[in-house]
Amino acid sequence: MKTKPLIAITVAAIALAGSLTACSAGGGEGGGNKAANCTNKIVDKSAPVVTMWAWYPNMQKVVDNFNNEHKDVQICWTNVGQGGDEYDKFQTAITAGSGAPDVVMVEADRIPTFQVQKALVDISKYGYEDVKDDYSEGAWKDVSVGDSVYGVPVDGGPMAMIYRKDVFQKYGVTPPTTWAEYAAAAQKVKDAGGPLFGDLGANVPAVFMALLYQNGAKPFTYNPVEKADTIGIKLNDDASKEVLDYWADLSKKGLVGKQDQFTPEYISGVIGGDYATYISAAWAPGYLTGAGVGEGADAKVWAVAPLPQWDSANPVSVNWGGSAFSVTSQAKDPKLAAKVAFGVYADDASLNDGWKNQVIFPLNQKALGSSEFVDYKVPFFDGQEANKEVYVPAAKAYAGMTYTPFGQYYYDAFTKQLSAINEGSVTGSQAADKLQDEIVKYAKEQGFTVE
Amino acid sequence: MTVHTASTDAPVLPEVRQRRPRRRADSSRHSVTGWLFVAPFAVVFLSLLVAPLLYALYLSMFQKSMIGGTRFVLFGNYLKAFSDPSFLSGVWFVILFSLVLIPLQMIVSLAVALILDQVTTWFSRFSRLMIFLPYAIPAVIGALMWGFLYSKNFGPLAEIFGMFGQTAPDFLSKNLIFFGLLNIVTWQWAGYYMIIIYAALQGIDPSLYEAARIDGASQWQITLRIKVPLITSALVLILVFALIGTLQFFNEPQILRYLAAGTIGPDFTPNMYAYQQAFALANYNYGSAISFALGAVVFICVYIFMFVTRKRGSFL
Repeated sequence: MKTKPLIAITVAAIALAGSLTACSAGGGEGGGNKAANCTNKIVDKSAPVVTMWAWYPNMQKVVDNFNNEHKDVQICWTNVGQGGDEYDKFQTAITAGSGAPDVVMVEADRIPTFQVQKALVDISKYGYEDVKDDYSEGAWKDVSVGDSVYGVPVDGGPMAMIYRKDVFQKYGVTPPTTWAEYAAAAQKVKDAGGPLFGDLGANVPAVFMALLYQNGAKPFTYNPVEKADTIGIKLNDDASKEVLDYWADLSKKGLVGKQDQFTPEYISGVIGGDYATYISAAWAPGYLTGAGVGEGADAKVWAVAPLPQWDSANPVSVNWGGSAFSVTSQAKDPKLAAKVAFGVYADDASLNDGWKNQVIFPLNQKALGSSEFVDYKVPFFDGQEANKEVYVPAAKAYAGMTYTPFGQYYYDAFTKQLSAINEGSVTGSQAADKLQDEIVKYAKEQGFTVE
Repeated sequence: MTVHTASTDAPVLPEVRQRRPRRRADSSRHSVTGWLFVAPFAVVFLSLLVAPLLYALYLSMFQKSMIGGTRFVLFGNYLKAFSDPSFLSGVWFVILFSLVLIPLQMIVSLAVALILDQVTTWFSRFSRLMIFLPYAIPAVIGALMWGFLYSKNFGPLAEIFGMFGQTAPDFLSKNLIFFGLLNIVTWQWAGYYMIIIYAALQGIDPSLYEAARIDGASQWQITLRIKVPLITSALVLILVFALIGTLQFFNEPQILRYLAAGTIGPDFTPNMYAYQQAFALANYNYGSAISFALGAVVFICVYIFMFVTRKRGSFL
């Protein structure tokens, strides 16, 4: 009678082993581009399906708009997380060689990181010419690597200076137009016992990269089509040092805060009036509203002015943030995927929904050029025509930036140096030199020839 | 299937079966049965622990770069790790942290356990639960909660210090993060260790105390000369747990990074550095190497500790 349990155990063990191998075998296929788990409903079930990852808060509406209008293709959309969470998953799918969607939402500064791994498709031959004029040159440059286009721009973040009218009024300062005026105003407010003028957040290196650009620095030159393994790195030129020394000085004198941004600590400080200005981008009003700014005691005190300049005779516009839709190299039908990338979030209904709900600052000229958008009286700024006065001109003047294939490493290293600046252990120039050494070393380790 | 034939034979020919050289049949049957009992565990163990470890070891012997792809370097990544300032400073941090944290945790949990062992009122049961409670709170929630308690704008610390006209220390700043984390981890784990020590104390035969009292031992003497020596094995166990856990420090700093990215870099502890390499920088090879290098450090530290405690005969 002992046989029965034995057989049972054997069977169970084999079954268990079998199910384990089944899992591992099935995982590869099931995780691919199959349209198994869509968040949205597919309208036309007979049409081919393109899978997509994106995290815009109004994505459900955007996808429905697209699916309702298209008979030849349908989107299967999933939100796998915002920013870093999505990139980690996408990165894992790239390494594994399967599991990525056909179309993926990425921030512009991430594109070279994925491009260098050959994870994205150059979409310039899949209908780029048809929509080329819908976006500014700067917008296209941000989603290009060298001469190849790896994304369709959706939203951007032309930078500006958000400020507190009440604080400015109380201490008798007017919105500074140059950085010299900014520092002088900061000193004036401090001397009168006022709040901090701004904030040097170590965790927002992208802001400082943009500010370096504004002063004429060109941190990276990279064109893999011409020279695949060559990158120019110039992080400690005079322009960069000037900017970092400037901020180090503000930090040292206690004119700006040293608080990490996007934290409850920072936001509560913003609401509490601890900072007179917020150097930020066009999506900031939406972000701040969502975080509860401008509702209670600080309602109707916010206004926006153009970003201060180094040389007011030659103003430079810079950008912080913004996302695009890219076609992944795991897409089975890149042409169809590109059609989705070009078409989704480019229809009037979606764009209008996006900007009216402060989800995006649109880069599509259909919205950016519409009088409704330009003349909009932004409630967060107490009815100020912020788009017309500040953001639209900044977006139009923006010439684009060159990002790096090791963006994450650069940002991490930059954060370390900004933190050291706040601590007072290095000057701005020293931070720039250290950053240069570290990034050059990393680039060489990664096999690049550094110019 | 020898088992099969043997057992069908059995009821029919009992005598034959008896005379058979049963040793071999029996032992082989036993060994097969044994293996089958182990099988469910073994399958999971091999497929989910040993195989991934071996794969990680394999990965760690390759070097990956963006340009030029992947090449075999044998122990090149390990040489790099042990000369990588990011890795070394992380290792130095966790070792220093262990040296301060573990004695502190031990003293707190031992003291509490001894007191609770002594006092037997409803209050002791209540306190036991309360002291254990932080362990029941997920590490992520605990870290977040402390992140808010440390806050300058809405934390209680700021208010308490404010009452005396002082500025509260910023436990998320570079200078004080060590103590900020020390507090969180002690808070989280002391209760757990206390329960282990308490259980060991409950296991001591009370007649020993009686005998000691008859011999004229004071309460202090009973505590130090009888209780503590008798729970040495529990203390050693805790120490090894704590040492391994602390050297692999990850959760709390990783969470607090969202509040203080400038203070806590991605290479703050070796485990975080491995995570960053693998998942943020897509360098699974170097990430694996760092993990194994950390494993080596843990092994060495635990070995040193075991060696030291064995030599003395007993701990304390």
